[in-house]
Amino acid sequence: MFQLYCPVCREARAEEEFRPKGEARIIRPPVPEAASDEEWADYLYFRTNPKGLHTEQWVHAAGCRKIFLVVRDTVSHEVAGSWALGEAPVVVEGAAEGDSR
Amino acid sequence: MEKHSGFGLIRHGLSHHEHWPRMWRNPEPKPRYDVIIVGGGGHGLATAYYLAKEFGVRDVAVVERGWLGGGNTARNTTIVRSNYLWDEAAWLYEHSLKLWETLSQELNYNVMFSQRGVMNLGHTLQDMRDIERRVRANRLNGIDGEVLDVARIREIVPLLDCSCRTRYPILGASWQPRGGVARHDAVAWGYARAADALGVDLLQQTEVTGIRRSMGRVQGVETTRGFLAADTVGVVAAGHAGVIAKMAGLRLPIESHPLQALVSEPLKPVLDTVVMSNAVHGYISQSDKGDLVIGAGIDGYNGYGQRGSYPTIEHTLQAIVELFPSFSRVRMNRQWAGIVDTSPDACPILSATPVGGLFFNCGWGTGGFKATPGSGHVFAATLAAGKAHPLAAPFSLERFVSGRLIDEHGAAGVAH
Repeated sequence: MFQLYCPVCREARAEEEFRPKGEARIIRPPVPEAASDEEWADYLYFRTNPKGLHTEQWVHAAGCRKIFLVVRDTVSHEVAGSWALGEAPVVVEGAAEGDSR
Repeated sequence: MEKHSGFGLIRHGLSHHEHWPRMWRNPEPKPRYDVIIVGGGGHGLATAYYLAKEFGVRDVAVVERGWLGGGNTARNTTIVRSNYLWDEAAWLYEHSLKLWETLSQELNYNVMFSQRGVMNLGHTLQDMRDIERRVRANRLNGIDGEVLDVARIREIVPLLDCSCRTRYPILGASWQPRGGVARHDAVAWGYARAADALGVDLLQQTEVTGIRRSMGRVQGVETTRGFLAADTVGVVAAGHAGVIAKMAGLRLPIESHPLQALVSEPLKPVLDTVVMSNAVHGYISQSDKGDLVIGAGIDGYNGYGQRGSYPTIEHTLQAIVELFPSFSRVRMNRQWAGIVDTSPDACPILSATPVGGLFFNCGWGTGGFKATPGSGHVFAATLAAGKAHPLAAPFSLERFVSGRLIDEHGAAGVAH
């Protein structure tokens, strides 16, 4: 279990108040009619799923109910930080923080 | 391989069980194999076994980073059933269940498969409609199933709180008598022993670090013990499927999550079947040792750490105590997590890839253990022929592009 800092409430709270909402920055095909089946499949289903740093969305479900971004290591579960939508730094996907395996 | 038998047990007893032979070799890797399997869990070992046994491919290596059966094979709650809704999934899991029924004889190794029945509880009208529909679909596919009313449930599981005083009263259940549990480690060990006897090289503590490719075809795998060449590589790496895929420049529709389970202190026999509930979210059985084996849903975030968060366990145990108030004072002994490879439609991926000769068997998510024999069998057929076995064909990666998903969230949801 870990704590997350909500950038809206400006407070670190227990993980249980939040719900994970998956990988961040998945971009919907800008012209839906022009997107191929492969592009739709990639948008809908295919994920980066890195072992290491992961930029993900969380919602403060039992608080302000706002969605924000978290960079977290998927091996150690260590949280690198939280940012408001659109403000998170771009990290090298999967760059390992802890475990070297 | 020494054949296990009752007489052998007595003979070894006379020498104080000090002369049992090793169950498998620990060979040096050869530079080249016909087929390399990445991942030495139940599914990988089963694949190697059926390749050697049924499809005449004996020049096979299983490459395992840690030790055999040390991942999800050792971390699941050992439930076996085949009552899936859609034809494609039902056929695949039923193929597996049929193999389970003769597996101990087949492997000459007691996998302790116990067909004690699997019960899925319904708590709402919609649950009951879904249960009716699923049981009827199962029966049309030749899979055993019954819809139980509360009186029958009470007969089968007297400890279950079937009163109307609970928050979510039990209205009925589906019942698959041929379902049950098996001894998870024995499944890996049995397949490993039988595969080794057929000449398969089991390479433990050999981590894959790269997939060598040339002209769009796989050439072999780079490992911590050197390069191993092969024209066919089958990846059966569960939670780490995506990590291996990345080595081959591929992306998968998979996310890896922690799935936790826990066991209690050993009790006298109190529960002789498997009870699961999607609505209050938990499942439970009692092992032969006497401990209650408990599990529920995944942790919602991605994780490769083989551990999850406390609130998930708390919710699991709330559900169990809601179903079995008498377990409220049972103490929990151990808790752990595996890394499950969840797919968007809760169905596995058994598929060729854009890289020639490279095949993936992954995406079993929260319910792979039950499929171990069937998954190994159809994947071995796929690797041997270079094209999908008819039961595996609907589970190709292509389905995510064509939209032909096999939506098993209803049958797979929490019920693993």
